[in-house]
This record gives sequence, C-alpha cells and structure tokens, in this order.
Amino acid sequence: MTKIITGDEISKSIGDASKDAVLYSDETAAWVPLEKIHEVCEILKDPDGLDYSFLTAISAVDYIEYFEVVYHLASLRKNQSCVIKVKCNGRENPSIDSVSDIWQAADLQEREIWDLMGIEFKNHPNLKRILLWEGFDGHPLRKDFIG
Amino acid sequence: MSTIRTEPVTINLGPQHPSTHGVFRLRVTFDGEEIIDVEPVFGYLHRGTEKLAESRNYVQIVTLTDRMDYVASMSNNLAYVRTVEKLAGIDVPERAQYIRVISVELQRIASHLMATGFLLNDLGALATPLVYCFRERERILDLFEMLCGARITLSYMRPGGVFQDAPDDFWNSLNTLISDFPNYLDELESLITTNEIVLARTIGVGLLSDTQAVDSGVTGPVLRAASVKWDLRKANPYEVYDRVKFDVPIGNSGDTYDRYYVRLQEMRESIKIISQCIEQIEPGPVRTETPYFIRPPVGETYSSVEGPKGELGFYMVSDGGISPYRCKVRAPSFINLTPLKDMLTGWKMGDLIIILGSIDIVLGEVDR
Repeated sequence: MTKIITGDEISKSIGDASKDAVLYSDETAAWVPLEKIHEVCEILKDPDGLDYSFLTAISAVDYIEYFEVVYHLASLRKNQSCVIKVKCNGRENPSIDSVSDIWQAADLQEREIWDLMGIEFKNHPNLKRILLWEGFDGHPLRKDFIG
Repeated sequence: MSTIRTEPVTINLGPQHPSTHGVFRLRVTFDGEEIIDVEPVFGYLHRGTEKLAESRNYVQIVTLTDRMDYVASMSNNLAYVRTVEKLAGIDVPERAQYIRVISVELQRIASHLMATGFLLNDLGALATPLVYCFRERERILDLFEMLCGARITLSYMRPGGVFQDAPDDFWNSLNTLISDFPNYLDELESLITTNEIVLARTIGVGLLSDTQAVDSGVTGPVLRAASVKWDLRKANPYEVYDRVKFDVPIGNSGDTYDRYYVRLQEMRESIKIISQCIEQIEPGPVRTETPYFIRPPVGETYSSVEGPKGELGFYMVSDGGISPYRCKVRAPSFINLTPLKDMLTGWKMGDLIIILGSIDIVLGEVDR
C-alpha cells in the first residue's frame, strides 16, 4: 500500500532542511508560501533526502478569494505520497514559480493550468495556451468565467 | 570535407492524419530527414469536461468520463466512481468489486489490442494485423454489451457498485473467452514478436531512459517498458487486486519494441487476474443504495487507478453540494506526451509515426 504522508509529517521533514518553508499544515497537506515553492520542491525531489522523484499531478482550484495550486507527489522507491499546496492571491495576474526545471512532468500540466485557470508560471520555458487557441478571451475554469 | 547541411523545414503532421489516431497536430522541424524539433499542438477535441462536471451531479458525470479515453471507458468509470466513493464514504459490495476488476481487465485487453493493432498499422502492415486484433476485441465488446447494453461508452459503474449484475450468459461467454485467449495471443505473437521487419523497425527506436521516464511523469506501459516496476495495482492495491496473483512485466531498454512487448505480456496477466476473479466471486448484492443526489461532505480527495494508458486519477473538491466544486482529471495520455520531443529528436519521419503509435494516446483523453 502506498503510504500517505500527512501534511504535518512532510512539513516537519521540510522544516529540517529549511526553516519557515511551511506556513501551516494539517492531516491532508502542507501549505507553502508562494515565494518558497521552488525551494521546497528542490528539497522534496532530492534523491538522497525525501526522494519525491515523481510529480503525479499539479491541479489548480479557484476559491474566489484565492487560487490554490496543489502538487501531488510520489516517491516510487519508498512508495509514499504527499500533497503540497500553495495559495495564490489576486485575480488579475496571479503568478507562481514554475517547477518544470525540477520535474519535466510539470511542463504540459503548468501550461494547462495557465490556459484554463490563468495562473502564470514564472520561468516556464514555453508558457503558451495548450488546449485553447492563442487569442482566446478568458480562462474557462475560473468560477467567474462566462462562456 | 564538410558535411552538407540543409535549411530546416517545418511541416505539420495532422491534425487530420491517420497515424495520429484522432485530431492531433505535430509541428515537426526537419534538417534533411532528421527531426530537430517537435511541437505538439493539442486541443482539437477539447470539450471542457472538467468545467462540464462542475454543473452536473455525481451520477451524471459518469457519462462524461466515458468520453475521455473512449477505447477504455470502464477504466475511466472506475477511476471516477472510486474517487466519489472515497469522497462520500460509500462502501462497495464485494461482488461488485470483483465484477469491476473483471470488467476493467477486459477493458485493458481491449485497449492493448487496439494499441498493438494500430502500432502494426503504423508500421505499414496495413489493416491485416489490425483485423486480427479487432476480431478478439469484438468479443470483449460483446461481453460489455451483455453487461450494460453499450459497447463503447459504457457507463457501467455507479458510485456504490455497478449498474446491474452480470447476466448468466455472461459467465459462459467469459469462460470461453478466457480459455481461447492464450492461444489467440500465441497466434498474434507468432505474427509479430519475432517478425524481422518489426524487429528492425522497433528495436532501439524511440528510447526513453528510466530516469527520464520518472522525471517526465509518464506512467503505464511506457514507464514499465523503461524498466521501472511501478504498477498501482501492486503499489497501492484497490478493489480486490490484493487477492489475486499476477506479475508486472517490465521491459529492459525503453524502446518501441519493449512498449509493444510489455502490453502483450500485460494481456496475459489480465487473463490470469480474470480467471482468479471468476473462481473467487460469490453471489451477493452488486450495489450499495445511494441517493441519486449524492452530497459528499466538504473536503477533497485524490484517487487513481492503473488504467491501460497509465495512472488515471481524479482530484475532486466538494463544497457539500450536489455537484463537485472542482473535478480535475490526471489524464495519462496527456502526461505521457511530455517527453515526446526528447523521444523523437534525431529520428526520421517513419520512426516518428511508430514512436507516437507506441505511446498509445487517445485524443479524447489528451484534450478532454
């Protein structure tokens, strides 16, 4: 069985490597400050440390007041999984650091989030719309999108 | 003597091209015959499934999942209903779990047959091997028709179980299929596995290393062909997979041939799983009573199954209402295209077609 690492456990492990890298945590996930996500992902990927070599999925949810970007990670060697979340404020130009240089898996998924949810990923090598066409007005998965 | 270089030429492959298996466009830049850059262009079949799900109730969404990976609807149904069950805390009767495993393994065989047949088609063996594969796939679709009346867009599963119990005829036909199938696979293998043309065209072509496979998030036969033994049915057993014995076949080099051969061996393993399920299944109810409007408590969950193409997951957020607040699909076909550029660079046009074919994408799932 895949061992599900709780948010509290993973935040303790991250805290050992970098102080103040986790805002708060609960059973389900650990919340990371927006500007620290790249640093935290590097810590999580480290093959000699936590060894989360596999980025299962990146999702984004629109909670009206803020956007939440959710990282589902897995370690294939240890058969563990954990969830990291980032809150992203502002509806005009929300942006977050790209992790596509850490996991190649983030490449297309971040483009999809930019396309459908309108969250910009800084330092992404090719941040273009992916499912919709260039010039499409708006980001359809946002709750205030009118089709 | 200096090498003669030519001007790079960019051409469009698709969106209407028989070997893209749907509407998919690749902008390929060639230097002479060699591929130097690839840019996939998606979205021709985008229907906004995730947005549609936000305005439907939990039972209605089952029909949307059918239309994602339309050659493996059962697996989509299972991934979805499992997520709803986890979110709402619904139990599933044991008999339903067995029927679910039997039907998704049949679906895996049907999907792999399709992948193998079309791979051969892409290799230039036009239609004949494909018909061999489709002949057997047809028998599986007949079984699905007995289960739920549909052949492709099945919607057989419901949160809490399956739509109805399998009829008596189903078990006889299933037994016949199970006993015929190993011989059929031997026949198919005798056509392909040691075929000189197939070997020349596929061995060492489109390599994907194990480290890159993990890094780029690919799953399913593509990951296992790159010698990474990772199968959610073993790593995180769901339904009744912990009660059946089966192996996880892996390749050794991650080339096109390995991807074909892993799929072929997986079909044999699926047959093993199904025959064990037939022995173990016992009479009983097949569906827990659930209200038509399911209202899961406020919360969120991620749950995934090993589909024929790879890890098919749903991330669902509930606000306590009758439809999900957010329903995100982790589509394996989509994510398996991440390393496409690295796999194709340096190869020629003819290889492009079979490398793309060996990844086995379904555009309904890529574009959603």
